[in-house]
Amino acid sequence: MYSPVTRGSGWSPGFLVKLVLIALVDALGVYAVLAAWGAESWGVLAAMVALLLVANWAYFSKRALPLKYILPGLAFLLVYQVYVVAYTGYVAFTNYGDGHNSTKEQAIEALLVQNERRVEGSPSSPLTVVADGDTLGFAVVSPDGAVQAGTADQPLQAVDGATVDAGRVTALPGYDVLDYAAVLERQQEVTELRVPVSDDPNEGSVRTQDARTGYVFTSTLEYDAASDTMTDTTTGVTYTPNDDGQFEAADGTTLPVGWRVLVGLDNFVTAFGDDRYAGPFGKILVWTFAFAVLSVASTFLLGLFLAIAFNDARLRGRRVYRTLVILPYAIPGFLAALLWSGMLNRSYGFVNEVLLGGASIPWLTDPVLAKLAVLGVNLWLGFPYMFLICTGALQSLPTDVLEAAKIDGAGRWRTWRSITLPLLLVATAPLLISSFAFNFNNFTLIYMLTGGGPRFDDASVPLGHTDILISMVYSVSGLDGTAAKDYGLASALSIVIFVVVATISALAFRRTRSLEEIA
Amino acid sequence: MRRSILTAAVLTTTLALAACSGGAEDQAGGEESAPPSGEGATLTVWVDETRQAAVEEAATGFEEATGAQVEVVLKNFEDIRPDFLAQVPTGKGPDITVGAHDWLGELTTNGVVAPIELGDAADAFEPVSVSAFTQDGQVYGLPYAVENIALIRNTELAPEAPATWDDAIAAGKDAGTKYPLLIQTSTEGDPYTFYPLQTSFGAPVFEQNEDGSYKPELALGGEGGTAFAEWLADQGDAGNLSTDVTYDIALAAFAKGESPFIVGGPWMLESFGDLDLAIDPIPSAGGEPAQPFVGVAGFYVSAQSENALLANDFLVNYMATPEAQLALYEAGDRPPALIEAADTASEDPITAGFREVGADAVPMPSLPEMGAVWAYWGVTEAAIVSGKSDPAKAWDKMVADIQGEIG
Repeated sequence: MYSPVTRGSGWSPGFLVKLVLIALVDALGVYAVLAAWGAESWGVLAAMVALLLVANWAYFSKRALPLKYILPGLAFLLVYQVYVVAYTGYVAFTNYGDGHNSTKEQAIEALLVQNERRVEGSPSSPLTVVADGDTLGFAVVSPDGAVQAGTADQPLQAVDGATVDAGRVTALPGYDVLDYAAVLERQQEVTELRVPVSDDPNEGSVRTQDARTGYVFTSTLEYDAASDTMTDTTTGVTYTPNDDGQFEAADGTTLPVGWRVLVGLDNFVTAFGDDRYAGPFGKILVWTFAFAVLSVASTFLLGLFLAIAFNDARLRGRRVYRTLVILPYAIPGFLAALLWSGMLNRSYGFVNEVLLGGASIPWLTDPVLAKLAVLGVNLWLGFPYMFLICTGALQSLPTDVLEAAKIDGAGRWRTWRSITLPLLLVATAPLLISSFAFNFNNFTLIYMLTGGGPRFDDASVPLGHTDILISMVYSVSGLDGTAAKDYGLASALSIVIFVVVATISALAFRRTRSLEEIA
Repeated sequence: MRRSILTAAVLTTTLALAACSGGAEDQAGGEESAPPSGEGATLTVWVDETRQAAVEEAATGFEEATGAQVEVVLKNFEDIRPDFLAQVPTGKGPDITVGAHDWLGELTTNGVVAPIELGDAADAFEPVSVSAFTQDGQVYGLPYAVENIALIRNTELAPEAPATWDDAIAAGKDAGTKYPLLIQTSTEGDPYTFYPLQTSFGAPVFEQNEDGSYKPELALGGEGGTAFAEWLADQGDAGNLSTDVTYDIALAAFAKGESPFIVGGPWMLESFGDLDLAIDPIPSAGGEPAQPFVGVAGFYVSAQSENALLANDFLVNYMATPEAQLALYEAGDRPPALIEAADTASEDPITAGFREVGADAVPMPSLPEMGAVWAYWGVTEAAIVSGKSDPAKAWDKMVADIQGEIG
C-alpha cells in the first residue's frame, strides 16, 4: 500500500529533536513514577503512567494532530484545576476538620495512647531490649537491684545470672541483648511492646519510649477489634462508632478523637441553618456584589478615561505618563494592600498625618469610610489593568469606520457613544466579566487591608462591615483560628460561591454575544 | 509507518531508562556502602529560623552517638501548626516539631501528637513549663523555653519600679515624655498583653482546676470583668490607652525614649539597642496581683512517627540537656525551661527579671475553646478603649457571644 512520505516520519532533524524532547519528558515521568512507587502513592502513580502513555501516543501517532498542541495545557489543567475542584467537592461532603482529622485506625491508635496512664509512684527502671529468638522482650533492673525479664505473653519474672553494668543489664541467660542498631531496626515493635508486670492485668505493663528507661502503665481505654467497640476500664462504659465518625456511649457522650466520614449534605444544611449568621449573611452578600460591581465600574471608567486622554496625539510625553500609570500594577497586590493599611492608620498614617495636616479620620475603623477605603485602594490597584486593555483596544479600532462617521456628520460625542464605545466593549467585555469574578473573591485585598473589620456591633459572630463572602467563609469555617476548623464546611461554602460566580459569568457571557453582532 | 512508531517508542524508552539508570545505580551503591545495622534511620525535625542552629548542634551530638541521621527542616513558624495537622495523618509529617504549648488542645483532639514520658527528668524542668504541656495527666511535649511579658523600664527616665498602675502613670507623666506608658493595643485589641491588667481585677479567662489546669467554663464575666471593662473605658478617656498604638508604634516610641515604660516580652529587647533597662512586675490596676500569660515553647512527637523511639531518645536524652537548652536560649532570648540552664541564663539581669515575673504567671490555656475567646476578646477591648461601646454592655455581650460559640 502506498503511504506518502511526510515530514517528520523519517529521521529528519525535526524528528530527532522531537525524539530527544520526548525522551526527556519520559525520563522525568519514569522518575516520577518511581518516586510515587517509593512513597506508595498509588493514585499519583496511576495518573503519571496514564499521562505518560497518552503523551507518547499523542506525539508519535499521526492521528492525534490537535492533541499535539493541547496536551501540555490539558495536562496542567487536569492537575491544577480539575483535580483541585474535584477534591474540594469531595471534602464538601465529609466532616474533615478539627476532631475528624484522619482515618479511623489513626483515631483508635491516638485514643489508646492518650488513655495510657503511668501507675502513680511506680519507679522508672533502667531497661534493656532483649530477644528470645524472634520474640522481643524487656529486661529491667528494679530499684533494689533485682533483674526481671519478660515478653508480651510472659509477665516479668526474676532472672538469675544477669550481668549488670552501670545499672543496666548487658547480658542475660536465655535471651540475646539487642544493641542500639538492632533496636532501631525494630523500633516500631519496641515502642508497641507491653510487658505485663504480673498475671493480673490491672497491675499494668512495662513500656518504653526510648529503649533506655521503662515505666509501668495501665490503659483506661480498651479497643475490641471484633465488636469494633471501645471500653473504659475504670467505668465500664462501652463506646460504639456512630455515623459522625466518633465513638459514642449509650448516653450520648463521645470520645474526643474522631475520624473523617462522608456526611452527605450536612455541611450545606449547616451553612444555611445557623441563626447567628442569618443577619450578617444578608449584609455581606449585598456588600460583596456592591464591592465587585463598583470595583469593576470604577477601575474601568478611570482606565478608559486615561486611555482616551493618553491616546490623543496632541498630548506630549505620552510614553512617560503611560509608564507612570502602569506602576501600581507592578507592585504585588498583597503588598500594596498592606502599605495602604499603614498609610490609612488614623493617627500615624501618611494620609492623615501629611496629606490632611494631622487630621484623625478613622479610614479603616468607621463602617462607611472603611468601605470607601477598600473601594479606593482597589481602584488604585485595578485601574492600570483597565488602562492597558483599553489602550490596546482603542489603538486597534478601525479608522475607516471613524472616518465614515465623520463624513456622515456625526459629532464627537455621537461618534464616541455609537462607534467607539460599542467596539471597545466587544473587546473588553469578557475581561470585565473575569474582573468581576476576580473581585467577587478578592480575599487578599480584604484580608490585608481591613481584615473584614470594623466588626458588626449587632452580630454575635466575628464578622465585619467589609467582609466579603470568601473572607466570611474563612472566618466561619475557623480557618483564621477563631473557631474549630471545619474544612468540610469551608469547601461546601466555596462550592456555593463558585455556583454564584459561575452563573453570573455565564449569563454575562451570553449577553456579550449581542455586542459582537454590532461588530 | 507502524514500524517507525514502534522503533521510536523502543528508542525513547531506552533513552529514558538510560537517563535515569545513573540515579538508580547511585542509590543501590549508597545502600551497599551504608552500615548494614539499620543505622540509616532518619529523624525529621521541623524547626523555625530562630531554633535551627541550636537544634542542628544538638543533632550533631545525637548523630555521632547513635549513627542515625537527623534531618532538620526549616519552616515558617506560622505554617508549622496547620501543616503538622494536615500532614501527620498522611504519614508525610515530621517525627518531631517545635511548637507552642497552647496548640496542645487542637493537636490532641486531632490525635496527631504522642505523649512523652519524661520520667524523673520532669523534676528538672520549671514546674509551669511541664504543667503547660500536660493534659489529663499526660505530658505531650518537651519544654525548652518559657516566655512571658513584664514591665520593661527605661531606668534613665524612671529610676524606680512602680507599685501600681496609677504610680506608673504618675511616674510616666513626671518623666515628661510623649507617652506615660506604652502598651500595644491596635484596633483589633491585644488581650494577651492586656491579660495581666485583667487578672488584677480578678477576672481570669477560664475556671481552673485544683492542679492549675483549665476547664472550659468562662470566668471573665462577673463583677471583676465589668470592673476591668469600666477601667479600660476610663483609661481610654484619659488617653493612657489608645487603639492607635500598635506593636510597631509602641516599639519605635520606646526605643526613641518617648516613654519610660513598655509592657512587653523578651522578643522586643533587640530593638532597644543600648538603652539602660530594668524588668519589673506588671503593676496591678485592680488591686489583685497582675498575672501575665506564660507561653511555653517545646517539641512535640508525631503520633504517626515511624521513628518514635529515636524521637523520644533525641528529645529526652539530647534536647533536655543544659547545653542544648542554653543554645536555644542564646538563639531566642527566652529563659530556658530546664532549671539548671535557666539558672545559668539568669546571670543576665534582664533574663532573671523576666523569669521572676514568670514565676507568678499562669499558663496560657491550651483548650480548643480558646480560639473562640480570641475571636471576640481583643475587638471588644479595643471598642471599649476607643469609647465606641458602653463598657459593661459590650463586655457582657462578648461573654454571651463566646458562650454561644463554645456551645
